[in-house]
Amino acid sequence: MADQLDVAALGAWVQEFARSVAEHKDELTTLDSAIGDADHGANMDRGMSAAVAALAEKPPVDPAALLKQVGMTLVSKVGGASGPLYGTFFLRMAGALGPDPADPETFARAVRAGLEGVVARGKAEPGDKTMLDALVPACDALDAALADGRPLGDALQAAAEAARTGRDATTPLVARKGRASYLGERSAGHQDPGATSTALLFDAAVTALGGR
Amino acid sequence: MTRVAVGLVVVSHSRALADAAVELARQMLPGRELAIEVAAGTEDGGLGTDAAAISAAITAADSGDGVVVFMDLGSAVMSAETALEFLDDDVRDRVLLSPAALVEGLVGATVVAAGGASRDRVAAEALLGLAPKQAHLA
Repeated sequence: MADQLDVAALGAWVQEFARSVAEHKDELTTLDSAIGDADHGANMDRGMSAAVAALAEKPPVDPAALLKQVGMTLVSKVGGASGPLYGTFFLRMAGALGPDPADPETFARAVRAGLEGVVARGKAEPGDKTMLDALVPACDALDAALADGRPLGDALQAAAEAARTGRDATTPLVARKGRASYLGERSAGHQDPGATSTALLFDAAVTALGGR
Repeated sequence: MTRVAVGLVVVSHSRALADAAVELARQMLPGRELAIEVAAGTEDGGLGTDAAAISAAITAADSGDGVVVFMDLGSAVMSAETALEFLDDDVRDRVLLSPAALVEGLVGATVVAAGGASRDRVAAEALLGLAPKQAHLA
């Protein structure tokens, strides 16, 4: 049946995100060198490469197992703050999914659970110049589009667009979390690396899941 | 009667920083035993923290009397919090993440832990770790 996200679909999403992170690795690191510790691109690439390798080595049997494996790999392999944050996102998503393929509403609920995990882990709020500035609007747009009865592909497009808008809006913000917060006012004028990689996560969802 | 043996764990982005902090702390323990485990750096020797390694270090340091975990910056704290999720409930209940300064807290905690103090006493001592420096420079 169309619109059912099974283990293969979610695996394709993870692979597409890994490919995109690798492609944008230098850009993410450059953004992070302006306001952080210059490791976001390399860290995310190391983590996502390990996640993809683990999928090939130990193919998960169902959606929950797949997202759990990705989350466990990220909390172990990333090294920086994005490890526990993205790792918790995927672990909470896994907790919200059962063994069966997810329909769009279930997928959106899992993304929302992931978002809540990131909030609990990082204790940041929207406007703090973090990944939440892309994740929160993306999640809201996904829910709103599905509530309007739009198909999954459209809803993911709306989420990705909201994530990119949120990412762009981080530029003038002053960072209140993470290494960038040590810079205070000097962090303004730079786009947030975490919000940038989060926008890539939703672009990857459009590419990998949008046609289902 | 068995002695209380609280374990300590040092979480850092840097393996070298963690090892040096433990070396400094162990200077206070000539001839005395104390479980101090390190979870620091990435697998390839770079800077970073690993929640699975932290969870393993806590398990190794735990003898049943509790564990106090010391952390350096940012992601070390979030990784340690993530690590708690991977522990069995009974172990997790015995673990305390200390907000103390890494080096000063660890040294203070080491002395009282080696003396057989309880977990909460060790954690309280760690929080006082900055006091001598603050008093000296006041």
